[in-house]
Amino acid sequence: MVEHSSIGSVLPAANSPIAIRRRAWREFKDRAARYGVAFGGLSVIFAIVLIFFYLLHVVLPLFDGAEMDTVSEYTLESNKAVHIALNEYNDVALSANMDGLIRFFVADTGHTISTPALPLPLNSNIVSFSHGAPTTGVLAYGFDDGRALIFKREYKISYPDDKRYITPVITYPIGKALLKVDDRGRSLTSLTVQSSEEQTTVVGLTDINTLVLLGLIRQENFMDEDAFTLEEKRAEISLPSDEKITHIQMDIEQRELYLVDDSGFIFFYDISDISEPNLIQKVKAVPTGVNVTALSFLTGGISILVGRSDGQIDQWFPLRDLHNNYTLHNVRNFKEQESAIIELAPEHSRKGFLALDASGHLGIYHTTAERTLLVEKVVDDVETLIAVSPRANSVLALSIDGHAKLITLDNEHPEVSWHSLWQEVWYESRDKPEYIWQSSSASNDFEPKFSLSPLTFGTIKAAFYAMMVAVPLAIMGAIYTAYFMSPKMRRLIKPTIEIMEALPTVILGFLAGLWLAPIVEGNLPGVFSILIMLPVMTILTAYLWTKLPSSFRESIPEGCEAAILVPVVILVGVVSMMMSPTLELWLFNGDMPRWLDDIGVGFDQRNSLVVGLVMGFAVIPTIFSITEDAIFGVPKHLTIGSLALGATPWQTLTRVVLLTASPGIFSAVMIGLGRAVGETMIVLMATGNTPIMDFNIFEGFRALSANIAVEMPEAEVASTHYRVLFLAALVLFMATFIFNTIAEVVRQRLRVKYSSL
Amino acid sequence: MTNQPLSSWVKSGSPWVWLNAGAVSISLVMVIGLLGLIAVRGLSHFWPADIVAVGYVEPGKDSVTLLGEVVDKETVSALRLRNAGVVLPEGQSSGERFLLKIGNRDYFGLDYRWVNGPWMAEEIRPVNVVAIERREWGHFYGYLSAVKEAGELVAKGDPAWNELQQRLERSNSLVAQIKKIEKHAIGDINHALESLRLDERQLDIDGIAEGSLQHQEIAESRQAWNEQYKVLQERLEGLYRALNRDQITMMMSDGREVEIPLAKVVDAYRPNAMSRLDKLGFYFNEVWKFVSGDPREANTEGGIFPAIFGTVMMVMIMAVLVTPFGVVAAVYLKEYATQGPTIRLIRIAVNNLAGVPSIVYGVFGLGFFVYFLGGNIDELFFEASLPSPTFGTPGLLWASLTLAILTVPVVIVATEEGLSRIPRNIREGSLALGATKAETLWRTVLPMAAPAMMTGLILAVARAAGEVAPLMMVGVVKLAPALAVDTVAPYLHLDRQFMHLGFHIYDVGFQSPNVEAAEPLVYATALLLVLIIVVLNITAISIRNRLRENSKASEN
Repeated sequence: MVEHSSIGSVLPAANSPIAIRRRAWREFKDRAARYGVAFGGLSVIFAIVLIFFYLLHVVLPLFDGAEMDTVSEYTLESNKAVHIALNEYNDVALSANMDGLIRFFVADTGHTISTPALPLPLNSNIVSFSHGAPTTGVLAYGFDDGRALIFKREYKISYPDDKRYITPVITYPIGKALLKVDDRGRSLTSLTVQSSEEQTTVVGLTDINTLVLLGLIRQENFMDEDAFTLEEKRAEISLPSDEKITHIQMDIEQRELYLVDDSGFIFFYDISDISEPNLIQKVKAVPTGVNVTALSFLTGGISILVGRSDGQIDQWFPLRDLHNNYTLHNVRNFKEQESAIIELAPEHSRKGFLALDASGHLGIYHTTAERTLLVEKVVDDVETLIAVSPRANSVLALSIDGHAKLITLDNEHPEVSWHSLWQEVWYESRDKPEYIWQSSSASNDFEPKFSLSPLTFGTIKAAFYAMMVAVPLAIMGAIYTAYFMSPKMRRLIKPTIEIMEALPTVILGFLAGLWLAPIVEGNLPGVFSILIMLPVMTILTAYLWTKLPSSFRESIPEGCEAAILVPVVILVGVVSMMMSPTLELWLFNGDMPRWLDDIGVGFDQRNSLVVGLVMGFAVIPTIFSITEDAIFGVPKHLTIGSLALGATPWQTLTRVVLLTASPGIFSAVMIGLGRAVGETMIVLMATGNTPIMDFNIFEGFRALSANIAVEMPEAEVASTHYRVLFLAALVLFMATFIFNTIAEVVRQRLRVKYSSL
Repeated sequence: MTNQPLSSWVKSGSPWVWLNAGAVSISLVMVIGLLGLIAVRGLSHFWPADIVAVGYVEPGKDSVTLLGEVVDKETVSALRLRNAGVVLPEGQSSGERFLLKIGNRDYFGLDYRWVNGPWMAEEIRPVNVVAIERREWGHFYGYLSAVKEAGELVAKGDPAWNELQQRLERSNSLVAQIKKIEKHAIGDINHALESLRLDERQLDIDGIAEGSLQHQEIAESRQAWNEQYKVLQERLEGLYRALNRDQITMMMSDGREVEIPLAKVVDAYRPNAMSRLDKLGFYFNEVWKFVSGDPREANTEGGIFPAIFGTVMMVMIMAVLVTPFGVVAAVYLKEYATQGPTIRLIRIAVNNLAGVPSIVYGVFGLGFFVYFLGGNIDELFFEASLPSPTFGTPGLLWASLTLAILTVPVVIVATEEGLSRIPRNIREGSLALGATKAETLWRTVLPMAAPAMMTGLILAVARAAGEVAPLMMVGVVKLAPALAVDTVAPYLHLDRQFMHLGFHIYDVGFQSPNVEAAEPLVYATALLLVLIIVVLNITAISIRNRLRENSKASEN
């Protein structure tokens, strides 16, 4: 634009309208640039801050408690229900009455959908009812003539014109005929039942305090898949007449039977062979004066929950001791409710449960996380049934007077708590509380083990060994480069080492895993001899150097020690590797990994030593570069003054230079640590990624970062696993951010100090 | 000083100085050794090594002849050898073991085999051994016995080799034609059919009834495409028939004769008969095939062109995104913001973000970009193709964006440094001449800071090119079905997944079933990646150095 750049008459007069307009336009542009840049700059900064808040936003729901909302209330007519259930979509509910009436109804209005008729016998009466594990939907009535009827609720789903229709039906897993549970025809006053594809087991308590067991093993006819025969197994257990059994429960696998009597004893039977039930343990579960008021399995059938009259809930499960004997252990207690627990409802797919007490309070708990998510009053009536839906997002409560309440439950992530993330947790079937990370498994009723401790431990272990390698090498190297090396060499050496900072860690990880790990495994004594011999040989070379004729020494310029030592380093490496088999034969019977195994030190090929060496190598340039800058930046007049006063270069270094530069060195180490903590590819590729907690240098680990890389692509969005992985990322973020901030603040202070000196 | 006592030598601190020097030497040896290792292993992969034939007698077994390349050699202690069943002569403390690449995976089961030196007879290098690079099952080593056409013998013995060369040329050109049709022509048709299907879905969503004009148009063009497809299909069938015409008969080291269809052969050569010069030519040809070819056999063979392309594409998009934002943020921080504790805090935060683990960015990218932004974009603009996601899944755009956020601190820091190096008097001069602040910035400050921005950008690119961990979550795949750029509108497909050199290394080195066969290729890939990054960094460093000298000169 000519008129802008040329000077002279082309420019309009200062106060002419054109000039004024142009000034206004320029002023506008200036202001626009100001706001534009401010907006742009602030939005970039905002985007950066967003990372933190987004991570937090994803993580926070983990720690939310549960919430309940009543959706609808209504009254069910003619009600004497002993059992209720909800289906997966929270739309169809079932009630079972003591007179044999089964009713399916709409869960939020109470309108009857159907009342399927059961094949009830004419001349005998129902005296007991039982339900199997809620996931199976198996139900049973016991009769006064020793027979039982086993049936099952099922929901048939069809999608005519893209809408979901649910038809509830009753099916009979072992046929419509009544089962003769007690072949002597005694009344079944109490009952428990489980049924699976292969086997159905019924245990009944007769009126003369005798337990009758009946197992039916389904044997399919391999010619015709629908035809089957049932193999019967029976047994009887006579109980002492003074024990009044109040609760009977059998696990879903039909291997364990629990009885509870009115004085608070639990009887634990092994019924894996039904014809020979075996009393394993009789244990007093409650203190005197307290009764067991509810008994239920947790999903999966391993733990049993004991609800007590004082409002406490205990979790028990059997553990195998050294002699292969099982004993029951009280693993954890929940004491959040005041009144007697009258009903326990386990969730279908998580290790959580709901407990209703006599005062109408409903408590929501999770066993693994030891969390009480909510205790809230939901009903007034003392006698109330509750049912939790398979997805654990709804609860149906039905009191004895027919008052029904459908409640939605917002309880997305009960499995995680501060305790379960960082402390030892006693998982089911484990013999003691442990730190375990095991996020997923093929089985449905799996107890997820989200302990970040082993992962954090792995990260710390990796960083520790890496720093063991990197800190001495980098700091000593930086001291020499900044203070002793000839300037010409320094100009060459510094960029060479610094360029390594940009080397992709995936390459280092690949070399660590596929090249170095086998070498280290095959030449373990050689590796250690390198570590020992290098400093020794360096000192020796230095000493021998003083013995060389001075004419020769003076011909080599000062500050070239590093160049002289290069062949020494290579020689030590080569000789150590060559000596390795001999050393191994001589000291370790020819096979050091096996020798280590024999003395009880585990050895993996991809171990922490390899990670330490390679990640140390990756961190060296970071620490080296910053330390070197800090030392080199020490004002020259300080060193010159010290030397002028007669101090040797070494004295000047240790007492003046290093002291002045120490904050810089500290911040270099912090930044290096930050890098080691967050490094992903090396730890992913150079370790076995097993989440163990052991500081053994010869074993691997699983680091937070590698864990995220492995599991994130498979985690379901917004699931607990997904959020826990975000939490791991947040932990990494915070850790490195803290390290770096400390380093940065220290460095800025140092800069101010240098400029004031 | 020559004969000073030991104690005063120690006191002088000299041993410490030497120890410090040792640390530098160790670091140097490690750095150079590492680069050397990658270079040697990466470059030697393409060299057509001689094939040896060696008799091998395992105790208690018949003598066999092994044919293959010696890939590796190691010295093992006598004890370990004894554990493996090898008894060494008295007084010998160690023996050698060789790793032979014997190829013929489909016949021998394994294509690499460790053999014990003491059991080997003398090795010979027969001139007429042929190495065949196949499209499947890796290399084949053997002797050419005959060339056949549709089962009929064409040539036998010595003339067979020349016959094979000619026919190989023909079959390779046929393969190229087939690939062109399959990849481009048929790919285009599939794409057109898919977009017709989406149009149809969109009509349904918009509530336009069946049988409308639009539906008819769609049906017509679908008809047209299907006919085109049929024509191509016939041409392809013809080409395949022509391709399957020739076979060769090969004799393996154990004397078995096997027939290999020429369609499965990429290249056949006789390394033992090649001169150094031939080998050099062959070598460069192989290097070219490596950088320009497509991968085969689960990435363990063939070229890495898609990975190079994906890396470059991703880095370029990232550079386009990161430069303006990084520069604007730096200009704001340095020139406009009121310098105070807040800005100092922000500066510390920005500096620190360069040290936040890259995996954290990956997690953020997956959650925020892919699931949140991408999911919303899909709902707004790509309703027709739901539930299969378009942008709501990892892809090129999200990978570039994630890396842009990861590298933005690098650009900010470098640009700020460049801005602070510009002498005050230049700014003041410009302002004194009546320029506004924006004009001063745009015309004097920013041009002077341009090399600093360039340095920042190059460093950002170098870092981005080497990052793998975040990419594993936001868009990298082991085998992308199509490149992100093609001839189908809109030409640049930001939603596609892509391949990446770094991920290629991880995937082939650690996820492939036959690691030994894949290892040389991984070294070659690693070398390429290292070269790219080292070159970028050296450029950045030299620009920075020149910049510093310039600014020193202008200060004086």
